[in-house]
Amino acid sequence: MIKTERQGTVLIASTEDRIDGVNAREFQDALQGAISDDDSAVVLDLERLTYISSAGLRVILLVAKTLQRQDKNLAVCSLSGPVREVFEISGFDKIIQTHASQSEAVATLGG
Amino acid sequence: MQHAFKILVVDDEPDLEPLMLQRMRRHIRRGKYEFVFAHNGIEALQTLDADRSIDIVLSDINMPQMDGLTLLEQIPEVDPDVRSVIISAYGDMKNIRTAMNRGAFDFVTKPIDFEDLTVTIDRTLQHLTEWREALSSRDKLVALQNELDVASKIQQSILPTTFPRHDDYEISANMEPARNVGGDFFDVLRLDRGRVGLAVADVSDKGVPAALFMMSSRTLLKGAAIGTNNPGEVLQEVNELLDAENEAAMFVTVLYAVYDPETGSLTYANGGHNTPLLVHPDGSSDEFPLTGGIALGVAPDLEYEYDSVTVAPGDTVFLYTDGVTEAMNSEGEEFGMERLRDTFAAARPKSAEEANAAVFAAVSEFAGDTPQSDDITCMTFHRNEK
Repeated sequence: MIKTERQGTVLIASTEDRIDGVNAREFQDALQGAISDDDSAVVLDLERLTYISSAGLRVILLVAKTLQRQDKNLAVCSLSGPVREVFEISGFDKIIQTHASQSEAVATLGG
Repeated sequence: MQHAFKILVVDDEPDLEPLMLQRMRRHIRRGKYEFVFAHNGIEALQTLDADRSIDIVLSDINMPQMDGLTLLEQIPEVDPDVRSVIISAYGDMKNIRTAMNRGAFDFVTKPIDFEDLTVTIDRTLQHLTEWREALSSRDKLVALQNELDVASKIQQSILPTTFPRHDDYEISANMEPARNVGGDFFDVLRLDRGRVGLAVADVSDKGVPAALFMMSSRTLLKGAAIGTNNPGEVLQEVNELLDAENEAAMFVTVLYAVYDPETGSLTYANGGHNTPLLVHPDGSSDEFPLTGGIALGVAPDLEYEYDSVTVAPGDTVFLYTDGVTEAMNSEGEEFGMERLRDTFAAARPKSAEEANAAVFAAVSEFAGDTPQSDDITCMTFHRNEK
């Protein structure tokens, strides 16, 4: 469901296709399972995601809140048109750090 | 380590017990098998009844008091989850066939070849394990389905079925639930001085917790709406209360609007929800001016701006959830805002119900056989011509 890599202590997780009510739980398990205690921050690369429903947003919020309690950050980057629209309508772009590119997100979080 | 499989050996021959224990000693020592013994059918049934952890019955056919074939018939009444293997005389096809017809899983012949017996037992245990797994996943599926049924009943139960009647306006609203997913709801609130509150909302997540979150959202909204006519303050209050205890990070997008029949003005605030449309009698439409606003339950201390539009006689206000604009067709295209506006341009709705029906018909025609992936909610408010 997600692909991960690390740059320094920043975990970069990318996902593709759709996150909706049907697979949101699977996405949650995959993302939570991928994060280790040593990660200082998480970047979610959504470049290849074509659709996200509110159930998917909830998972991102849940993970962001969990990280926040440990003084860690989560950012999303490279939002495609429809996904960006969902972030904007729901106001999530004001709550979750968003970046135009993966390198920009990593530089901000890792620097 | 996995617990040992328990095998009940039933035979009136006293030599079998020490022989079995001796030949199977390695399996016993390794914790793979555990043996208990009975000497006739009646004793076997008593043992089965007292010890529910027995997996397999390995039984001789000819025994005093109750023989193996009778025992086979009785076993399912005591413990239907047990599998039986019969020990018969070599070449006794008649009894073997009877035993198999009575539900024996397999048979071995005398004199017992213990290697063959081990293979037979393992095969039986494998079948038993797979059968138990199948049973447990079926139970899980049933539990999940029950939970979704409960959630869907809660969702249906909070939707109003009648709307206030007024000379100046009419209201129509419908929610078409998606199978197993979605969390839409709407509400119509009678406020003081003939004002009416309109709410359309979409809860993230599904299942019973989401349905309960939906119920509290609706109750909080009702409570807040009675306290103030400022939709921004209403959303702010609901957000504070929802955010307070929200470990599961659920949230709800809400469009809340208050219509005042004295002025024809509709004041609204938006908590991360789709922007409504104001549809004119000629079929043209305008999106409501944006007010910003974040989904409720996401973060504390949020403020919600409000704005207002004037609803002229003959105008229709269209509130909806993303199930409308994000409905997909077989090509993977979304219904989208443009098709929505085209629908009104073609229909030129003259009543709330007409407008509602036009959208549902257009979405349904667009989606065709593509399964609905989210709830679809439409609320239309039509101001009557003088």
